[in-house]
Amino acid sequence: MANCKYDWPEAKDRKLIGKRISRIDGHEKASGRARYTFDMNPGNLLFGKILRSPYAHAKIKSVDTSEAEKLPGVVSVVVMKPVGKEPQPEIQWAGDEIAAVAATREEIAEDAIRKIKVEYDPLPFFVNEEDLSQAEGHTKPAVTEKKGDPEKAFQDPDVVTSEGYYGVPVITHCCLETHGHVVDWPDSKSLRVYASTQGVSAIGGQFADPLEIRADDVNIICNYVGGGFGSKFAVDTWGIAAAKLSKSAGGKPVKLLLERDHELLVAGARPSAFAKVRVAAKKDGTLVAWDSESWGTGGMGGSGVPPIPYPFHDKFPNFSRKHTFVSTNIGPSRAWRAPNHPQACLITMGAIDDLAAKLNMDPVELLMKNADLAPDPTLAKYYREELEVAAKLADWHKNWHPRPDKTAGTVKRGLGVSLHTWGGNPHAGNCAVSIHPDGSVEVKLGSQDLGTGTRTVIAIVVAETLGLPVDAVKVTIGDSKYPPDGPSGGSTTVGGVSGSTRRGAVNARDAFFAAIAPALGAKPEDLEAVDWHVRVKGNAAKTLTWKQACAKLGVKSIEATGAQKPRYTTEEQKTECVLNSGGVGGVQIADVSVDTETGIVRMNRMVAAQDCGLIIDLKTAESQVHGALIMGVCYALYEEKIMDRQTGRMLNPNMEFYKLAGIGDVGELVVHMMTGPGYDERGVIGLGEPPVISPGAAISNAVANAIGVRVPTLPLTPDKVLAAIEKGGMA
Amino acid sequence: MQAFEYARPTTAEAAVALLGSQWGDSEVLAGGTDLVSLMKDYVVSPKRLVSLKDIKSLGGIEYKPKSGLRLGATVTFQELLDSPEIARNYPALVQAAQGVTSPQIRSRGTVGGDLCQRPRCWYFRLGYGLLAQSDGKPLVPDGDNRYHAILGNEGPAYFVNPSSLAPILIALGAKVRVQGQQGVREVSLHNFFITPKSAEEREYALQPNEMLTDILVPPPEGIHMALYEVRQKEALDWPLAAAAVAFKLSGGKVDDPRVVLGHVAPVPWPSLEAEHALEGNTVGEASADEAGKAAVSRATPLSKNAYKVKLAHVAVKRAILAAAKGGANA
Repeated sequence: MANCKYDWPEAKDRKLIGKRISRIDGHEKASGRARYTFDMNPGNLLFGKILRSPYAHAKIKSVDTSEAEKLPGVVSVVVMKPVGKEPQPEIQWAGDEIAAVAATREEIAEDAIRKIKVEYDPLPFFVNEEDLSQAEGHTKPAVTEKKGDPEKAFQDPDVVTSEGYYGVPVITHCCLETHGHVVDWPDSKSLRVYASTQGVSAIGGQFADPLEIRADDVNIICNYVGGGFGSKFAVDTWGIAAAKLSKSAGGKPVKLLLERDHELLVAGARPSAFAKVRVAAKKDGTLVAWDSESWGTGGMGGSGVPPIPYPFHDKFPNFSRKHTFVSTNIGPSRAWRAPNHPQACLITMGAIDDLAAKLNMDPVELLMKNADLAPDPTLAKYYREELEVAAKLADWHKNWHPRPDKTAGTVKRGLGVSLHTWGGNPHAGNCAVSIHPDGSVEVKLGSQDLGTGTRTVIAIVVAETLGLPVDAVKVTIGDSKYPPDGPSGGSTTVGGVSGSTRRGAVNARDAFFAAIAPALGAKPEDLEAVDWHVRVKGNAAKTLTWKQACAKLGVKSIEATGAQKPRYTTEEQKTECVLNSGGVGGVQIADVSVDTETGIVRMNRMVAAQDCGLIIDLKTAESQVHGALIMGVCYALYEEKIMDRQTGRMLNPNMEFYKLAGIGDVGELVVHMMTGPGYDERGVIGLGEPPVISPGAAISNAVANAIGVRVPTLPLTPDKVLAAIEKGGMA
Repeated sequence: MQAFEYARPTTAEAAVALLGSQWGDSEVLAGGTDLVSLMKDYVVSPKRLVSLKDIKSLGGIEYKPKSGLRLGATVTFQELLDSPEIARNYPALVQAAQGVTSPQIRSRGTVGGDLCQRPRCWYFRLGYGLLAQSDGKPLVPDGDNRYHAILGNEGPAYFVNPSSLAPILIALGAKVRVQGQQGVREVSLHNFFITPKSAEEREYALQPNEMLTDILVPPPEGIHMALYEVRQKEALDWPLAAAAVAFKLSGGKVDDPRVVLGHVAPVPWPSLEAEHALEGNTVGEASADEAGKAAVSRATPLSKNAYKVKLAHVAVKRAILAAAKGGANA
């Protein structure tokens, strides 16, 4: 709504919004002063450890903790499964929790869990889902969908059809700071929890029932999070266990954060997806038909369904698809940054890239031609613009060649392109903004900064609104006693916190002006706050420094609140300001070199063109995309949860063989944020997820461009690259 | 972690006197980069750790043109990399040390520890014993063996020797000095490594109460040398295959070549086939490739590691070409 009082300032009036501003907690983090949950070591600390099942599938007949309890230094023991009742509890994955121990020293707790005697009744298990023919008895139909008449479309003599197999294995979240908590009981009815969480205001209630306390007697504190990526929305069985261990230790603090191997075993998995695909286009590249049969696992429970053909889905003129869930005895899946999208993107963009090669067409041109298949016309326009920007930044027209790289030498270069979409609408949230007589300004909300720059964005919004420099605003987040804010998932945070804090800051400013206007001999609506001053518009003589103006408040601070509602109805949108929205696009181009003798893929460059509406902080936004590209290189080239079919155990629950890229493996990262007219008007949109969707597809396509043949599944490891080359690469 | 005694002897004699007569009772602690992880994972649970920290004679790097190089067992990777004499005379040793791309491990890890570290086989590290067995059944042949041996893998050992330095040291004809209860003995590094036949054995020819004290490398006069590691990542990562070569050139022809593969067998794998293929040839793309092919001619890949045959072949080829290009030491 035009001229609504909460509206974002016009471009010409923005002093801070959209500029490159360094994150306000950067020094804290870089110097090690930032205290993460892992750094919390209160006095009288006890260390919690968990005994886990070595079996992938078993019944637990009995658990005997008596030897562990006798060990000197052991303070409390909790059995985490309902043992001794019928039916016997059943373990469904290796690493599932059996019992927890708290002891005065970490190594005593480790010794103690090994003294717990468990009688298992091992049962058959199933852990490898890629070969669907071996999965009989473990499958369940998930989705069958059809539009138009794909079979007829495929039979049209004027279309070209490409068939292929594409897939992505299960990977883990592998948070740098593992999951867990430091918990104590200040008194018998209240629980204090330092949590590594994505939901400071949201998770307290999860402790209430199991511990028989009130949700509002649980205080969640989390100042810094060492990575979540969608896996830290629950307090988990180990959070409850830590609280129980602390309680039976008389309320002493218990620190229970997962070991690295446990983090990889149980604290988050991204579902796999494999697909056999047929896709057809007219000879001019117009996409006409899609058919896919896909499957994947997210553990014993279901998993999401990749939205293929992606991102076009039912805009595809004719399509049919079938997806099957495979149940496996592996640690359960959790939301992983843009759930289901990276898998869908690899499958679709890989298939379309192979079709482009069959058509002898430049894939950028093919995507450009089919951009109108985007879910909506705005997105189609963005795709065209982003394809152009990305192609230019990657020097596509010079560096791209038809498959394969025909130059001499063993190292071949290739370029690949992909595009993606995501929502990013805001979550609901609240904030409190204070302006104090001494000139200080504070904003409080029960939000969390996952490392994305949330703190900085909040400071920028409040500072912009009050005409202050960024460091004049104190941002207080990370505690559930502050006004509740939504959890950080689905790329909802930047929209949520900027919406609430803009409203809170405008409300505070207006109340402030009302309070001090008389002192300036002016009406409140004639005042403005600019450049750390408060002045009467058009009257330079009537200007006070911010501090002088605040002193006029006497002893009374301004206390205002702001809220972002979960959604605004069409009716409300006529009266309420709309500060944010959802629905973004992005295009990425990968530039790789492949050593055709060793199968090793090296990143030369990743280019990303990404929109996300009005950008609050260009620097942290770019940084967010850098992080996504790095994460993308990791899952494209290295990551895989390797399960052993003989023992049912994960073979690489460590940072040694669960491989991640180092700085030398990432290559050059080029990020272009789409801003300005046509983008800014949409208000603020979340960014966390979209840029991590395309890298797998873009890199896989680049490798195919280099060697002339598809490496069907990620990660693109030397064994698979060599096998593909042997099968017909570089023809 | 089982409580253990911590001993800090000041002489090598005193150190071996503190070692038990059975494997596992005591462990020697140098940099600890491997041992401490093994203890934290309860793969080994020694009753006593014998720290080498206070034994001055185990440190030091000495180079004499006539006798060659002596590396004390507790010399760190970083000390090796900082030595101008090693850089000048043994460039391939520097290449080997550079392959360990972690500053932390370079600073803590020792050359003796590199030779005596335990295999990285994931079944071993998960607690299935050195030979990776469950109820007497070997897990590797039917399991995930993508990183396991392609040579010398008739069983019961299928792991690969993880040493970064051993292949080039063996190629250069290095010996090690071993301190025992009865005194000191020397053994060629080639013979230092053994393929265990039971889970109770170790992968090196030490008695439980012996320890490695020095590495002795002959003078490099006239030798062309190189190491090539195939590593998927720049960041810290185990090589998928490696090859070390050392040879002289006489009238443009290869003389007395040594080719040793790493990360392909339970021991560093000297390849007589590759040496034979190379001997007397001029070095070029074709002869290097022939030698690479010969090196893996007897490879017996497991179900998931056939790609390593190609990688070992390429590693040998590239090491030979690099050695010829690198020039000999005067």
